[in-house]
Amino acid sequence: MGKADRDQTIAEKIFSSHSGKNVYAGDFVLANLDLVMAHDTTCAWALEPFYKIAKKVWDKKKIFIPFDHAYPAPNTEMASLQSAIRKFADEQGIPVTTDGVCHQIMSERFINPGNLILGADSHSPTGGGLGALTIGVGSTDAAIAMATGICWFKVPPTVRIEINGKLPKGVFSKDVVLNVAKSIGPDGGNYKVLEYGGETVCSFNVPERLTLTNMSAEMGAKAAIVEPDENTSEYLVKNNRAYKFNKSDLASDKKANYEKIMRFDISSLEPLIAKPPDIDNVAKVSEVEKEKIKLDQIFIGSCTNCRIEDLDIVASIWKNRKLHPGLRVIVTPASKLVYLQALQKGYVKFFMELGAVVTNPGCGPCLGRHQGVLADNEVCVSTSNRNFTGRMGSPKALIYLASPATAAASAITGFITDPRNYLS
Amino acid sequence: MNWIFGDNINTDLITPGRFNITTDPLKLASIAFIEYRPEFHKNVKKGDFIVAGENFGCGSSRETAAIALKHRHIKAILAKSFARIFFRNSLNLGLLLVNADTDGIDKDDVLILDIKNQVLINKTKKNKKKISIPSMMLRLNKDGGIIPYLQKHGLNHLSDLERF
Repeated sequence: MGKADRDQTIAEKIFSSHSGKNVYAGDFVLANLDLVMAHDTTCAWALEPFYKIAKKVWDKKKIFIPFDHAYPAPNTEMASLQSAIRKFADEQGIPVTTDGVCHQIMSERFINPGNLILGADSHSPTGGGLGALTIGVGSTDAAIAMATGICWFKVPPTVRIEINGKLPKGVFSKDVVLNVAKSIGPDGGNYKVLEYGGETVCSFNVPERLTLTNMSAEMGAKAAIVEPDENTSEYLVKNNRAYKFNKSDLASDKKANYEKIMRFDISSLEPLIAKPPDIDNVAKVSEVEKEKIKLDQIFIGSCTNCRIEDLDIVASIWKNRKLHPGLRVIVTPASKLVYLQALQKGYVKFFMELGAVVTNPGCGPCLGRHQGVLADNEVCVSTSNRNFTGRMGSPKALIYLASPATAAASAITGFITDPRNYLS
Repeated sequence: MNWIFGDNINTDLITPGRFNITTDPLKLASIAFIEYRPEFHKNVKKGDFIVAGENFGCGSSRETAAIALKHRHIKAILAKSFARIFFRNSLNLGLLLVNADTDGIDKDDVLILDIKNQVLINKTKKNKKKISIPSMMLRLNKDGGIIPYLQKHGLNHLSDLERF
């Protein structure tokens, strides 16, 4: 493969390096994959199509099967799905991981800048926070990929999202991305790559970037990406892999063809909250606070926002305070690593003594299967990514999405609360 | 008949997360729109159309949404646009998705899908609208989905998709 004859976006470069030819938005490619992920729900539906077309997986070391959506199994139906997947994994010699949410585990252990990864989960764009292309598909695509190591794609156009300004107090990457969602809407990123850049994004560490890329799924994005840099290298070293990458191979060229460039100045942004049932139904927490919305449950967890950095914020807000009586507060660390870090910092004991429930790592109640399903007319503030009707249980329950800081402040008062008065 | 829906009909409305814990396609079919549109769940018939606005099928990657609708034997889903993972899943399963201007279609309108000429004829309203169905979708619909296609031709025929 020679040098590209036109300037390329990061996404075009990654599709080129994985298909052996220089490609641009709109081109059809058969691309070689670095990793295929399917979890305790989506892998179950991949088994039948897989065995129709193959006997053995293409490379057992490049297939990742985490049980995270409902683990340990909460009912016989989930237990049966997991049993069928375990049988497949054993036959193929693939270990099943039960250490937390797929996207978090992949970020901690596998994803390297420049990778092309297929995930049978809609929040797969998360891994783009490490400068990789991580793309969500369904189970049939995952089955074909497990058999062949290949997936077909139409190279997507890229929308550049340029974010500048210094984060005001009480405002976090979750608020920044809710602000983007408000303007893009639930389908503004459909079939596209959202490429985040600008001084605010450069200043974000990888965990903060993962929140941006994760939420991009809610805007329909095929993938989301942040140009990898020194912060990325630092994260990789911290997570036991000093992966070297050539920066210019993974940065958009000067004259790369963006479909659109969107600019945001966040220097006067306030904490935001997405009201039910849509991701772009975004309001200022300070405004919603006035409505004194009584809460039944707080969920601090998910692939969006339950890394140790998020728990640091929660712990700082809860220090020397009490949680609102009668409120159910559920903390689900995103991974075993995060859980162990929280144990080491004394957070697990501290949270439990305050009356919070700290669950095992995983998706927790985010998708309404276990560990905190909502009843009719209940209201929940969640740090997760999806506030659809019925997502966390009853279709009559209401889900508000916010940052860990807003969720933590709301846990103290029992209604939706601006975190700015609770941060030192 | 036509089942009329609005914009952003998500996968949790089609097959809610806590019901779709089975790989049995008929069980999945029985939960389609179970809470959001119980009449659909009870009365949908083979050959009916789903008629929707923008971004149909957004949300989860769970293929259950497409599997459930396929096994209710609807003729096609007509929408202004589709979310990409739902689109890929439907393509792979051989479920027919049609990009169309769906404004003004009512539930009892008699619709004729003229695939050859890429036109949707509304006999009740006496109008014709241009539609678009990607050729890959038509081809895989004919073959019953990508798995039957690959079973028939072999895995190395994945590259044929480009030429469909």
